[in-house]
Amino acid sequence: MRLLEVILPLATYINMRIVIAKPGLDGHDRGAKVVSRALRDGGHDVIYTGLRKTPEEIVRIVNDEDAEVLGLSTLSGAHDSLIPKICEQLIENRLGSVIVFAGGIIPERDIEALFRSGVRAVFGPGTPTSDVLDFLNEALIRKQNGNPVGVGDDSGWNWND
Amino acid sequence: MTDISDLLESAKLGDRRSLSMLISAISESGDSPIINTATGWILGVTGPPGSGKSTLIGQMVRKWASSGERVAVLALDPTSPLSGGSLLADRIRMEGDDLRENVFVRSIPSGKTPGAISPILWPICGVLTECGWTRIIVETVGTGQSEFRIAALVDRLLLVDGPDRGDIIQAEKAGILELADVIAVNKSDLPGASSAAQHIRSSLSLASDDNREVVLVSAKEGHGIQELVEIIEKCEPQNTRGKMMMMERLISEWDAALVSHPEIDNIISELCDGSITVRQAIEILVSSMRDGGL
Repeated sequence: MRLLEVILPLATYINMRIVIAKPGLDGHDRGAKVVSRALRDGGHDVIYTGLRKTPEEIVRIVNDEDAEVLGLSTLSGAHDSLIPKICEQLIENRLGSVIVFAGGIIPERDIEALFRSGVRAVFGPGTPTSDVLDFLNEALIRKQNGNPVGVGDDSGWNWND
Repeated sequence: MTDISDLLESAKLGDRRSLSMLISAISESGDSPIINTATGWILGVTGPPGSGKSTLIGQMVRKWASSGERVAVLALDPTSPLSGGSLLADRIRMEGDDLRENVFVRSIPSGKTPGAISPILWPICGVLTECGWTRIIVETVGTGQSEFRIAALVDRLLLVDGPDRGDIIQAEKAGILELADVIAVNKSDLPGASSAAQHIRSSLSLASDDNREVVLVSAKEGHGIQELVEIIEKCEPQNTRGKMMMMERLISEWDAALVSHPEIDNIISELCDGSITVRQAIEILVSSMRDGGL
C-alpha cells in the first residue's frame, strides 16, 4: 500500500511536450538550455531545436513533434518581428492551440505587442526557473478547464499581469 | 478528440498535422489503427554515446531525401527516472533538414516504464509505412539492455562506433555486434579510425562465413556516406530476424502488461517485506492475467 500512495500522485502528474526554440541569429543559448533542463527536471518532455532557426523551421518542428508548448528564446533584438511571425504561422498551420511563451532580452515596451500576438508569458533575465514551471501549470489548468490559452485563442490572459 | 482511424485517413493523404497527432495518440494510449501493409523498411541505428549517430543520420537522411525517398527519423532519448522528464536534443545535430517536405523527424522519450517503448514503436513504424514513408530510421539511446531490445525490432541494424574507443568490442559481449548488419566507424578524419575498423574486421573474420561490411565514414566531413548508404540499401534482412522481432514484441507486450498490472504495487510491497517469494509473486501475476486477460 505504501508504494501505491507514493506512485498515485505521480501518475496524475501532468507531463507536456515542449519545444524550446532559438529564432534569429544570436548565438547564445545558455538561457534556452537552462530552461530546457529545468523543464525536464519538472517532468516534461523537452525538445531543444538548436540555434538559428527560421520561423518556418520552428513551426515545422512544433508540428512534427506535436508539441503543446513552444518556448522562444531571443537575445538579438529580433523578437518584435520574429515572434509575431511565428505566432501567425502557427495559427495558419492549425497549431493555434499551442501555448507560446518567450524569454531572453525583451524590453518592457515590447511585451504588450507580444501578448497581442498570442504569447502568454515573457520571462526576462534572472527569472527563477520555477516561475516557468508555475506558468505552465497554470496554463495547463486553464486549458483543461476550457479557458482560451493557445496562441490562436482569443484570450485576455497572460502570466505577467 | 479525433478518432485515430480518421487521423490515419488524412495522414495517408499527406497531412503532416494528422500524422503528428496520430503518433501522439499511439504514444499516449498504446492504441493503434489497423494497418494492412507489412511493416516497411526500418533501419535501426545504435552505438555508444558520442559516437556521432545523430550527425551520421543527418548525413544519410540528406542522401536519401535527395534521391527522392521519404525519410522518417524516430529519435529515442532517455527519460529521467527521477523527474519522468526528458531532454530530446537530437534535433540539434540534424540541422538543415527541418524544411524538406520528405523528411519527418520525431523525438520519442524512451518511456517511463521498462518495456514500454517497443509496443508503441511498432505501430508508429507501421503508420509511417502506411503513410508512404519509405525509409524509417530509429535512433536508439546508445547504451544498455533496452538498446539490445530495440535492435531486435528493426529489420536492419547499423552499429556506429568512433575511433579508439574499443566500445564496439564491448558491444560484442552484449550481443549487439552479432545483431548488426552493417558497422560504421565514424570520425574517420581523426587518427585511429582506420585501425579501429581493422580491429573490428579481424574480430568479425573469426567466423568464416561472416562477410559483414565495416565502413569508415566521417559524418562531420561527409566522407564515406554514399558508400554507407549503398551498403545499407544492398543489405537484406537476415532471416533470423523475423523470429527475433516476434520474440521481442512478445516480451515487450508482456513487460508492459506486467508493469501496468493493477496489483503490481501490492505485490512489490509484499516482496519488499518478505511476505511472499518471487516465485509466488509470479504465480499470482500469471494466474490473475489468465483470469482477467492482459
